[in-house]
Amino acid sequence: MNTKTTAWILWILMTLFSSGYFSYNMLNHGEGATIFLPGKTTHAHHQIEMACATCHTEMNTVKEEVCIKCHGADLDKANDSHPKSKFTDPRNADRLLKLDASNCITCHQEHVDQHTHAMALTIPEDYCFKCHETISEDRPSHQGMSFKTCASAGCHNYHDNTALYEDFLIKHLDEPKTLSKFNIPHRETEKPTQQLHASDADFASLQGETKSGILELWSNSEHAQQGVNCSDCHSQKGVWNPTPRYDSCKECHTQEVKGFLEGFHGMRIAAGLTPMKPSMAKIPMHAEASHKKLDCNSCHSSHEFNREEASYKACIQCHNDQHTNMYTNSKHFQTWVDSGFNGGVSCATCHLPRLEDNSNRHYVVQHNQNENLRPNEKMIRSVCMKCHGLEFSIDALADEQLIQNNFIGLPSLHIKSIDLAKARHER
Amino acid sequence: MFKSKLTKAVSMTAVGGALILGLSGCGEEAKAPTGGITPKRMADGLHAVMASDRAVYTKNVIQRLAKVEKVIKASEHFEDDKALPLPAQMFRMGAETVAKKTSDFSYALLSKWPINKQNAPKTDVEKKGLDYIAANVGENFYSEEELGGKKYFTAVYPDPAVAPACVDCHNEHKDSPRKDFKMGEVMGGVVIRIPL
Repeated sequence: MNTKTTAWILWILMTLFSSGYFSYNMLNHGEGATIFLPGKTTHAHHQIEMACATCHTEMNTVKEEVCIKCHGADLDKANDSHPKSKFTDPRNADRLLKLDASNCITCHQEHVDQHTHAMALTIPEDYCFKCHETISEDRPSHQGMSFKTCASAGCHNYHDNTALYEDFLIKHLDEPKTLSKFNIPHRETEKPTQQLHASDADFASLQGETKSGILELWSNSEHAQQGVNCSDCHSQKGVWNPTPRYDSCKECHTQEVKGFLEGFHGMRIAAGLTPMKPSMAKIPMHAEASHKKLDCNSCHSSHEFNREEASYKACIQCHNDQHTNMYTNSKHFQTWVDSGFNGGVSCATCHLPRLEDNSNRHYVVQHNQNENLRPNEKMIRSVCMKCHGLEFSIDALADEQLIQNNFIGLPSLHIKSIDLAKARHER
Repeated sequence: MFKSKLTKAVSMTAVGGALILGLSGCGEEAKAPTGGITPKRMADGLHAVMASDRAVYTKNVIQRLAKVEKVIKASEHFEDDKALPLPAQMFRMGAETVAKKTSDFSYALLSKWPINKQNAPKTDVEKKGLDYIAANVGENFYSEEELGGKKYFTAVYPDPAVAPACVDCHNEHKDSPRKDFKMGEVMGGVVIRIPL
């Protein structure tokens, strides 16, 4: 066999192998299929980037309604400053020609990491100019300000201005850095309604030590206090399930599971994919936690359902970034310790906050961390202002280094929006 | 032979007649009875409802409960202040809700003296219309315009101060460019657009 023939055979074999490998991965959405991605996705979207049909039609166009399905409630809650309905009015037709603000993907494209700015913005940052070019006539204080800074300097956001609008700033002028009275909602412990004991357990199959350990944990839990027996979680449609998941919890904890599926921990399950694992994350995680599959009992240990553990210990088992690792040195951590782990500021106080609920319960724990994470000014009202003044909160959240250090120290910069509002108010 | 020609002629006439009837049937279907509802009449009807609801809300809710009986506040930041939405906000929320449901018509509340500058007249028809209704008390303004490549029938209706709450709020608001409004005076206009 001469060299030429060998080369041909090698070429054919390599072609067959590579086309087989890529075809297999493409059809089965295997690990290697990421090679077909046209570019990186933003923030947590990487978790579902291999479920193409979640966002794309078969013709590869983007399903706008999916953006709204996941983010619409947030926009409604934020009283979106620029809703689609403002732009569909024919009188804004000239503006739509400049910037079609009636579509999410005009400003937020995916797979274009080379020109993606903060907040997943994929158009030049001075976009406000297109409609508000005469703002300095109305607000002389804005003269000389760059349009690039409108939504990036801590003064305004495109969608959510609930903590930044002028009259809100005025209402909270001259507040102290830290309020004299904290207003963090405490963990609610409901009164026992139907205390069950180990002898009441209606388990189907448990043996030896496992049985006694589990029964002890369960009989001391709030579940047992409220009359929740083994079969309430383990038996689904009469079939015993040894490892119940979020769908069992959902029967009673509807709001919490809804938030979980909308947030970073459960969004893969919601997209019909395997559960999220720390090894898939793009932010620093502990190597030893790589294998964990995220479900309710990843943070709420089975049978014990220790909510204190879920407020902090469960977080640090996986998360390994500077902000997390500095927490135990922070004043926030100290307040949590001082409160006997029921009050003060744990990880969950800010990232899984207790929100007022209009239903018959006083509070619901928001398990969708994304709801107040970006832009971080969304955290001001639901979290920061429970203990801090507005001005201090705005400044602290604008200081990236301070955030990384878990707020050890004081803000090193000052956002002037509150000064401008005050000056105008006093005039 | 003659009979055959006659039969052919009769049958052709019948087919032709049927075709004409069929075509006229199609035409009749396309031109369904309108009851004389022209774009103008539709706009006038829509405005009658809008203006009535707006006046009722302003007088019987805001003026009565917030200004006279003082049992609840009305506020621009009604959610934060746990208060009633202002009449202009009520109107705009309705317009935005309609915009989500249909593109058969749209409406807006504009003024030459707007508190929010985005509600100042923009198109030529809006500018002419607001000037016209301010200068010709009690009259409406009708026109056609092309926006974004589409033709619209545009009607502009006067929006007068129907209760003291209207003038007080606008005259006292820090962002209001005019502070001398009087009761009954035209403060702005309702613009209704129907695509043609």
